[in-house]
This record gives sequence, C-alpha cells and structure tokens, in this order.
Amino acid sequence: MTNPRSAATIRAAGHTRDPNIPRLLVMLVFVFALMTLLRPNQFATMADFNSMMRQFPEYGIMAIGISLTMITGGIDLGVVGTANLSAIVAAKFLIGSVPQGALPAQVVPYLIIAVLLSLSVGLACGAIAGTLISRFSIPAILATLGTQQLFTGIAIGITNGRPQSRLPLLYSRIGNLELFKFVPISFIIFSVVAVGVGLMLSRARFGTHMYMMGTNARAARYAGLGNNSIILRTYMLSGLLSSVAGLIMMARANSAKADYGAPYTLQCVLIAVLGGIDPNGGFGTITGVTIAILILQFLSSGLNMFNNISNFYRDVIWGGVLILVLVFNKLLSWRAERRAVRKSVA
Amino acid sequence: MISVGRIARRSEPYVLAAIVALSVLIQVQSGQFFSGNNLVDLTRSLIVPALFSIACMMVIVSGGIDVSFTAIASLAMYVTDRLLLASNYSGNVMLAYAISAGLGLLMGALNGFLIGFLKLPTLVVTLGTSSLFTGLMFGAFSASASDVPPSIAMHGKQILFTATNAQTGLTSNMPSQIFILIGALILVFFLLRYTMLGRGIYAIGGDETAAERAGFNVRGIKMFLYCFVGVLAGITGIVRISMIAYADPSTMLGMELTVIAAVVLGGTRVTGGLGTLTGTILGVALMTILSNSLILIGIPTYWSRAFTGLVIILGTGITAHQIRSTRRRHARAQKATV
Repeated sequence: MTNPRSAATIRAAGHTRDPNIPRLLVMLVFVFALMTLLRPNQFATMADFNSMMRQFPEYGIMAIGISLTMITGGIDLGVVGTANLSAIVAAKFLIGSVPQGALPAQVVPYLIIAVLLSLSVGLACGAIAGTLISRFSIPAILATLGTQQLFTGIAIGITNGRPQSRLPLLYSRIGNLELFKFVPISFIIFSVVAVGVGLMLSRARFGTHMYMMGTNARAARYAGLGNNSIILRTYMLSGLLSSVAGLIMMARANSAKADYGAPYTLQCVLIAVLGGIDPNGGFGTITGVTIAILILQFLSSGLNMFNNISNFYRDVIWGGVLILVLVFNKLLSWRAERRAVRKSVA
Repeated sequence: MISVGRIARRSEPYVLAAIVALSVLIQVQSGQFFSGNNLVDLTRSLIVPALFSIACMMVIVSGGIDVSFTAIASLAMYVTDRLLLASNYSGNVMLAYAISAGLGLLMGALNGFLIGFLKLPTLVVTLGTSSLFTGLMFGAFSASASDVPPSIAMHGKQILFTATNAQTGLTSNMPSQIFILIGALILVFFLLRYTMLGRGIYAIGGDETAAERAGFNVRGIKMFLYCFVGVLAGITGIVRISMIAYADPSTMLGMELTVIAAVVLGGTRVTGGLGTLTGTILGVALMTILSNSLILIGIPTYWSRAFTGLVIILGTGITAHQIRSTRRRHARAQKATV
C-alpha cells in the first residue's frame, strides 16, 4: 500500500521530472559560446567569473523565493520591498547601537543580532502577504502589489528616503569574504539556499504539498491538505529568502536603501518563467531556475562588454526574452497535447 | 428590485461615504477643500488617472490584469511627439491623437494576440511588454524630456473657465481635455451596457468556459479589449503631455499601481465579471483626493507610498471579503432550497 501523500509516490509518477532541463542546458551553452566568441578576451576569464559570482546571488535568491510562490499557483511581487525593508532595519540597528570605535570582537554580537533581526523582518513580511492571501483570499498578484508598496513605503518612511550608510566595516568585510580568494561568500550562501530549497521541493513532504496545491488547490483541500497553512509557510519562506538577499545587497553596496534593485522584480519573474516554473502553478524545479539564473547572468555580463549598447536595451531584451519563452513553452505544450490526443485515439 | 441590503453589499456607497468624510475632514482642517480652485485642481489631476482607470477596469472585468498601459501611453505619445516635431507639423491636434491612438492600437494588439490567441497569463505578458515598450522608448528612441509641437501646446492652452480663490488669490484652469474623459465615459458606458461585445467582456470575466459554450468569441473579445486599451492609452498619453506642455517620457510610468488600486477600490471584482464605471470613477476620485491632500490631513510625504500600499491592501481585502460572503450566502440559499 503506497501512501498517496508521500513524496516518493509523486516522484515515481514523474511529477518533478523537468522536461525543460535539457533545453535550458542547450541555451546555457549557446549563450556561453556566443559571448566567448564575441568577446574572447573579456568574457569567461577568471576575473569575469569572479565578478559574475558576486552579482547574481542577490537576485538569484529572490528568484528562488518567487519561484516557490509560483509553484503554489501564486506570485510574490513583494520580494524586493521585503529585501530592502529588512536590510534597512538591520542597518538602522547597526548604525544606532554599535558604539564608535568598537573592536571587531565587540561588534560581532551586534552583527548576529542585526542578521537575526533582518531575517525576522523578512519572515514577518512574508507572513503578512501569506495571511492576506490565505485568510482574506486576496488574489496573490494584488496582495503582493500592495505589500510591495507598503514595505517600500515603510522603508522610505523610516529613513526619509535617504540611504543608510556608515555601517560597521566588519559587516561588509565579512560579507565580501572570498574563499581561496575566488569564491565569494554570497555565492556560497546562494548555493546552500538553492540546494536546500531544491531538496525540500523534491524530498520533503512540504515540497510535495506545494506542488499538489499548485496543480489543483481544490483537489488538494479535498485530499486533506491545509491549503491556508501551505500558502502562509510558502510566503514566509519567500520573505525569509528575500531578507537573505537583502543582507547580501547590504554587504555589496555597504549601505541599505529603500528603492534599491527595483528592476529585480521583473527579472526574477523572467528567471522563474524561463526556468520552467509554470505561472499557473504546479510545475518547475530549482535546477531549472538555477540554470535560468546562469543564462541571464551570462547574457547580462556579456552585454556589459559592448560599450555601444545602452543599458535600456536590457529592458527590451528581458521583456522580449520573457515573451518569447512564454510563446515557445506554449507551442511545445500544445504539440505535446496534440500528440497525447492522437496517441489516445490510436 | 433594489433593496437596502443589495445596495449595502455594493462598494460604491462606501467609497462615496469615504469621499464625503474625507472632504469634510480636509475642509475642517484647512478650510480650503470646497473652494472653487481646489475642486478644479482635483478635477484636473483626475483626468489622466480616470482615463487609464476606464481601460484598466475593462481588463479586470474580463478576468485579466494589465500593467502595461502606462508604458503604451508613454511610448505612443513620445513617438508621436518626436514625429510631429521632426516634420514641423503645425496643423490640427487631431492628427497627434490619431497617430498616438494608432501606435497604442499596435501595442495593444501585441498584448491581445499573446493573451487572447496564445492564452498566456495576462500579468506576466503585460510585465514583459511593459518592459519591452519602456526599454524601446529609452533605448531605441533615447527618450528624454522634450518640447511639444505647437499644435499640442495650443491644445493645452484651450481652457474652459478659470476658478479663482477669493481668499488666497490662487487661480486654477479647467482644461478642455475634460471632454475627452466625458466622451470616453459615454462611449464605454454604451459599449459595456448595450453591445454584445460589452456583455461578452463581463461574460468571459465571470466564467470563460461558460462564455465560450454560450457562443461568445472569447479570442475576438480579448483581442478587441486589449486593442481598445491600447487606443485609450495612446489618447491618454497626448492628453497628459498637452496638459503639462512638455513630453516627459517618465511622467506616467509607475502610475499603473495607483490606477489598479483605484479600480479595485471602486468595487471591480479582482477575479473578473463585476465592475461599474461609477464605482471606478469614485475610486479614482478617492485616490486623487487622498494623494493631493495627504499633507492636509497630517500624513508626511515620506509616508505617502506606505499609505498607498495600505489603501490597496484594505481596498482589495474588503472587496475580496464581500465576494466571499456573497458566495457563502448563495451556498446557504442553495442548501435551503434543496
């Protein structure tokens, strides 16, 4: 007798096997080869890899957060607001409490408190969004458009719109550490997050529940899953990941600002869709999302090396790629459907 | 039959009550609310969001959501503006409206094709096209604030009447563009109420499958809808630059959130199928009064964005709650008859 709710049963049914992965890998190799050919002396050098590894963790972690909410059939447009608000709370705490001229050893406890504070702000932001969606049944799009405004607004309100700088030096020094003088600590954090969330989705019961609810919320409720609690926990997780991203952004910029990283929202939705997350819920893997992050980073680093391409073309490319990927996925799924119909007729 | 209970279940009365309460509050605090020039000022700043909100309301009624209309309006008006400047055109302003509406139509058709024919999710599509259009504007046309051609500048100076505040001596002009808003309202009112197309928009928002089975051409309706939104956005773009007398490419970007908030606040059901023009205009009026008078009621400017967020959340929360309780009441009624 198999337990229908166990992760293993779902996996056996091929639920989490992702047909997108081979396609994404081809795209990754193509973009990589193209950029290497066009800019052989700059692209894919050691220095370039190092700078790429510094750039993508902050939005990569937020993209994973958005992907989780999209798997459950929702969307979290408030990730950037959450990241900035939690970073600002940590920054305000550090600026206000660390005494002038404190020794590094004395600063460490403050840093730990600041990190914990920021993570709890992230959890709280996620809990607010999750409650609005689950208890008050506000559609996720509108609820998180609202929370994005609210969190950004609170961040502007408590800082009067000014950047919070003059953080203790130790924070950015730790945040910018590099393993073997090559692998940045933010990259290590990203890897831990990606592997952890990936395992949770594929192995843990909670991950399976998220897929089930995303596929068919009503069926999930009738099967005895607590949908409200799944939604709440998913958005709290997304909020937590956003605050991790916020801490990384704070270390990289050595300051926190209310309107930092505004274009990240669209970029994260693009990554999720490109990575094979179905915007209607129920499908997609973190492996796919991670490859999509790499594709985007290669593309954006490569484009940076062309001086005559305006930064605004990046908006055109992001928007264009997003729509092309959507169209392509749609055509493929139509073809698969038609083939399935033909097979069942035969 | 209209009963008191049915009226109490709609949101328009609540929004109206909120507007009245807020106006009285501001009047008591500042004594300037019911002055002629303040009312003209409010109407003036209401025109552009109201035009957008009409388009936005139609999309939400059809069960979708559009965040690209401000990008369409910006790109359409900017290209029109540069085109007319480059050709030294000095004739009638109608040509500006026609070109901008045509460009809006093209961009709306792209949305309509992706959403109606390929059945792609509306939010993701319009996020993508909005990034595409703004990117084109700033990238390909390297847009920056520019002059407006004489015909548009002339159009902006056409003033219906001027209201003067006897106390402060401040004057406010009522722009003639108010007629475009009135025209759009009348047109959309008839479209939504008396045409099969308009009923189709409500029908696909209520239940798309049911609408299709009932014989509505869902693809065609969606295509028309997004084209119409594009045209309206293109016209709104010209209205905007004629009122501020220069073509600022970023003047409308970011407005989409407050417009969506106003529409939802006005009682349009976020999952589609329900929504009225009256409610929408009341919602826009409330948002405009709020944003114009935040300082007057004691909210510092730095907190205005948080306040907008709060209004979106409260507004959508109340609407969602109303829908849920109506559904429960229906379920109970059904059980009772069985």
